[in-house]
Formats: sequence, C-alpha cells, structure tokens
Amino acid sequence: MKQLQTLSTLAWRNLWRNYRRTLIMTSAIALGVWAMIFMTAMLRGMMADMITQGVNNLPGHIQLHHPEYRADPSIVNRFAPPGDELLEQLNQADIKSWSARVRVPAVIASERASRGVNLIGVDPAEPLPLDGNLLKDGRSLETESDRGLIMGAKLAERLETRLGKRVVLMSQDPDNNVVDRGFRVVGIFESELSATEENQVYAGRATLQKMLRMDQKISELVILTEEQRLLQPTVERLAQSAPHLEVLPWYELDRFLGTSVETFDGFSMVFIVVIFLALSFGLVNTLVMAIFERTREIGLMQALGMTPASICVQILLEAMMLLLIGLLVGNALVLLSLHSIKDGLDISGVAEGMALMGAGSVLKPALHTLDVIRANGVVLVLGIVACALPAWQASRLDPITTMNHT
Amino acid sequence: MTSILCQQLCKTFEQGGSLIKGLDHVDLSIEPGEFVCLSGPSGSGKTTLLNALGGLDTPDQGEITIGDQRIDQLSKKQLAHLRLQKIGFVFQAFNLVPVLSARENVEFVMQLQGIDKAERRQRSDTILAEVGLAGLEQRRPAQLSGGQQQRVAVARAIVSNPVLVLADEPTANLDSNSASQLMDLFQQLNQKRGITFVIATHDQRVMSYCRRLIRMQDGRIVSDETQPGKIALQSEGVAPQEQAL
Ligand SMILES: Nc1ncnc2c1ncn2[C@@H]1O[C@H](COP(=O)(O)OP(=O)(O)O)[C@@H](O)[C@H]1O
Ligand SMILES: [Mg+2]
Repeated sequence: MKQLQTLSTLAWRNLWRNYRRTLIMTSAIALGVWAMIFMTAMLRGMMADMITQGVNNLPGHIQLHHPEYRADPSIVNRFAPPGDELLEQLNQADIKSWSARVRVPAVIASERASRGVNLIGVDPAEPLPLDGNLLKDGRSLETESDRGLIMGAKLAERLETRLGKRVVLMSQDPDNNVVDRGFRVVGIFESELSATEENQVYAGRATLQKMLRMDQKISELVILTEEQRLLQPTVERLAQSAPHLEVLPWYELDRFLGTSVETFDGFSMVFIVVIFLALSFGLVNTLVMAIFERTREIGLMQALGMTPASICVQILLEAMMLLLIGLLVGNALVLLSLHSIKDGLDISGVAEGMALMGAGSVLKPALHTLDVIRANGVVLVLGIVACALPAWQASRLDPITTMNHT
Repeated sequence: MTSILCQQLCKTFEQGGSLIKGLDHVDLSIEPGEFVCLSGPSGSGKTTLLNALGGLDTPDQGEITIGDQRIDQLSKKQLAHLRLQKIGFVFQAFNLVPVLSARENVEFVMQLQGIDKAERRQRSDTILAEVGLAGLEQRRPAQLSGGQQQRVAVARAIVSNPVLVLADEPTANLDSNSASQLMDLFQQLNQKRGITFVIATHDQRVMSYCRRLIRMQDGRIVSDETQPGKIALQSEGVAPQEQAL
C-alpha cells in the first residue's frame, strides 16, 4: 500500500494533537501491561516456590509406590528396586535424579517418652536424603548402612532426648513380627513444617532393610524431573515400564498444592482479562472522542478522494501506535521493576498466611517469555479488534453531512 | 478538454417528514475553460448541484457526464477515485487538514495519487508560489490567515490538473480584501491555465467576476446569462486550447 506512509504520518500527528489525552492513555496502557506481566511474574514465582517446597516435602515430582501403599503405608506394601526396564526409563533426559526409599510407620522411644513416627530409610548418596529439611546439629548419614538416626528438633524436644543419646525404634517385619533396634541420634534437623519436625526420622536404608527383614525391597521411588509442571508424558512412560506400581505426579500426591497452583493459573488469566477490559474501554472511548472531534477533517479527506478503507486504516494505525507506545513503556517498566527486586521481595511481614500454603518468605518473580508474549499479544490484538468498530464507523461518515456541520 | 453535461438532474431530500427538492430537473452544460458562477438564495440548491457535479453525492435521477464518463451511477469507491483524479474542491471553510503543513496539504492529494516525493515537492512549491504563498510552505493551517488558508486550498485544488474546480462559497468567511484577492487568483488561473471553474456564491462581488452567471431557486435554474462585458477579459488570456498543449 503506497499510502501507508501518508496514513502513518497522519495517524502519528493526530496522536499528538491532544497530547494530554494520549499521554494519559499510553500511561494507562503501560500500567495495565505492567500490572499484567509483573503480577503474573510474581504469581509464577510464588507458584514455583510453592511447588519447590511441596516437592521437597513430598518429596519428589513423581513417586512410585505399591498400588496399596497410599491407603496402607506399611511394610506389607513394599516392592522390588527398579529392574532393567524401569532403570532404562529412569536414565532418560527428562529425569534429573531419583532415589529409592524405605518408609514405614514406627514407634520411637527415649528413656522419657515414646511417639509414633514415619521411619524413612535413605541412601545419603541419592538426592534429598533429608527431603527439604536442613541439618541443624550433628552430622548427616554417611552411607546407607549408617547406624545413626536423624530426627527433627521438635521431636527431640518431645522425647526429651538430644544429640548423642540412644533411642529405640520399633516396627513390624513382613510377617507381622515386632522388630526393634537401638539407634544413636547423630543429627537434628529443622523444617519449615512443624509436623515434619515432629514426625519424620531418617536412618540408613540398608540398616532399615536389615532391621525390618525386607531384603532389598523398598517402599517408594522418588523422582526429580527437569520440568516442574508438564509431567504427564513422563508419568505415562514410567507407568508403562512399571505396570505393577502406582505412578503419581506431585499434583496428585498433594491435591491441595495441585489445585492451588491451578487456581493461581486461572487467577492470572482472569487478572489479565479484567485489566484488558478496563483498558479497552478507555481505549475505545479515547478513539471515539478523537474521531468525533475530527469528523469534519475525515469528511474533507473523503471529499478529496481518500477511500473509506484508508480512513479506517489511518484510525487503526493511530490505535496501534497508541498501543505500541503503551506496550513499550509497560514492558520497560516490567524489566525495571523486576530488576529492582531480582534478589526477591521480602514478604515476611505478610508471609504467615503464605507459609501455610507452602511459600517462602522471600518472593522471587519468575518472568516467562510466554507470559510476556501473551500479555502483549492480548493487549495489541484485542486492542486493535476493539478499535475496529469506531474505525469502521469513521470510514462510513458521509463527506457531505460532516462537511456541512460547521 | 472536457465538457460537463447535466440532464434532468433531480435530488429530493426528506426533512421533518416533508420532501424538499434540492434539484428539480436541472439541465446544464459547461464548456471547457468556462468561469461559471452559481448564485441564488440560501437553500436554492447550489451546494446540492456542486456535490452532484463533483461526485460527492449521487442524484436520484438524471445524467451527469464529465468528458465521456457518466458519473451519476458510480459506486462510492469509483466516486472517490473520480474526485481524486478529476475534480478540485474549494469549500467555504475547514478546507485543510490541521495536522499537515501548507505544503503537506497540497501534497496530500498527490500522495493519494501515488506521485513520487521529488515531483510532489517540486509541484507543491511551484503552485504555492503561484498562489502567493512562497515562504509559508511549512506553516500549519492554524498559523495562516483565513485568506491564506483558502489560497492553500486553491493550490491543492489545482495542483493535480483537475478538469474541473468546484468552489462552494469560497469567500463567505473572508473579509472583502481577501475575498477579492481570492477571486483575482481564480480568474488568473482560469485565464492562464484554462481550468474550468464553477463557483457557488450569493456574494455580489464574486458574481461580478464571472462571465457566465447561473441563478437558481428552489432547485431549479431560473436564469443562465453570459455577460458580454466579460468576454473581452477572458479572451485577453491564453486560450484554453493552447494551454492544453
Ligand atoms: N442532506 C440533506 N438533508 C436534508 N435536506 C437537505 C440536505 N442537503 C440539502 N438539503 C436541502 O436542500 C435544499 C438545497 O440545499 P443546498 O443545496 O445546500 O442550498 P444552497 O447551497 O443553495 O444554500 C435546502 O432546502 C436544504 O435544506
Ligand atoms: Mg450551500
């Protein structure tokens, strides 16, 4: 189109004719886009944080169990360590690492008290030997045959025991015989979740397998993947190579976390749509006003031989310029504001409620290219679509009547 | 050169339930290079006739021929093209695009016609100088006087060599000094370049410039006189035929 340059010049100059209105509108667009992208980045950061925490506590992105284990997490529902077929799948690129664990209910007793706990047998060479918990005192387990025990600070308090003391663990073997064994407390851990600190104890996997007379068998296979959210293909692949096991991703293992994340996803989309609606209302209004003020010129240009299509294009160009300037400023604002909090935003003041949902007290925004494209795309494309009607109406103005209205 | 022919033109408007005859069986023929004045009281149909001649509006009935082209049945798009290529307009007011400079306003039509930049610039500056606006090319309409604005409009109307220039009350918003300057300019362009002018007015001074005076009333032509005194004036200039070469 040869006239495009003429039309662009006209659109650009008309844009700055009422520069106050244009500035207000571009600021509104900039702010809207900023809010869309920034809030989404914050939400994404929060969700990533929640998922990481959840995955540390579960632990793992995906877990494999005996099909009955979740209903009855006892030694009865154990299974053999991964065979060749499953091992091959576990070596695929989408899987970061995995660990095989023993996990059974047990009773722990000190000289003073006793409590029911989850007894977890791990190989310290494998990932997440303490789940997401931090060792506070003492040492970690050294091998899977380590004879030491690591317990939470709160449990130690309840049992009135401490580092270096001995405790007795009691559970059942596969034949329902009671088995017990003495352990020395070699480490104390801290957890963000007090339930974990009170209920989990960690020992060497081989030590437990011997104590519980379960040979090489295990209770669960914990898998960490590269991808956090899109796990379905991996889950399906694993389920195929381990048909006798139940394969579940984190969002099904922890339904609450799963739905929270889904809700946040929906929320961010609703947020984008609401902001866009407010914006488009302002945008269309601005454009209608601009056209109304300019009816006579539009009539004149038509009288001189400009086609209705060109009038329409000219007005759409004007809207597009307005949108592009707003988007440019808005995206710059996003980069600026995200840069200023790139080390995370300390929300400890308001974080108590968040911690309940598994989020940390420092919020790190996560900017996804796709979110940026989506927000910009929504504003630009739908913005122009919203302006199509006023533009079309302007092109339908009759030169004679508009010119006569002096 | 192109002559203009109207036959049995009718245009009816509806206003508040009653029908108004804007044009009532108008027959008119205009020869190339004529300088025609359309007069008559307000509401007599002058604007309606000009709009029909210029392809801004289509008549309900009748034929309009410009050269060898029937224009009364053209589509909106075809009419836009006709106006762009063949007709120059000078309106009473608001002739110019406010965001464009005088030069850009003159270039506007040529841009729509797809004439390249160098030629546009050269032609617009020549024509602006011809209408006496040399040095004011960069000014926006708001920075020009009413008379100057009308001259820019005239420059734009003639820059792409239209077969016909239509002016609707071009002097109505001007003081008498600017008005006579504008009429001098029209006359000069008519004589020098042989451009056909049709000027609608109810201003006595304007009528005195015209060789042919058509009077309208209630949508009809009530008189059509060629004033003998003006023939001499016309013949002093370059003949239209020569100009065409
Ligand atoms: N768009 C229109 N709608 C209704 N009536 C119109 C319209 N245009 C012109 N008329 C009527 O047609 C008649 C002729 O108008 P017009 O050609 O503008 O007269 P003039 O230009 O001589 O003053 C007037 O009575 C006017 O009211
Ligand atoms: Mg009129």
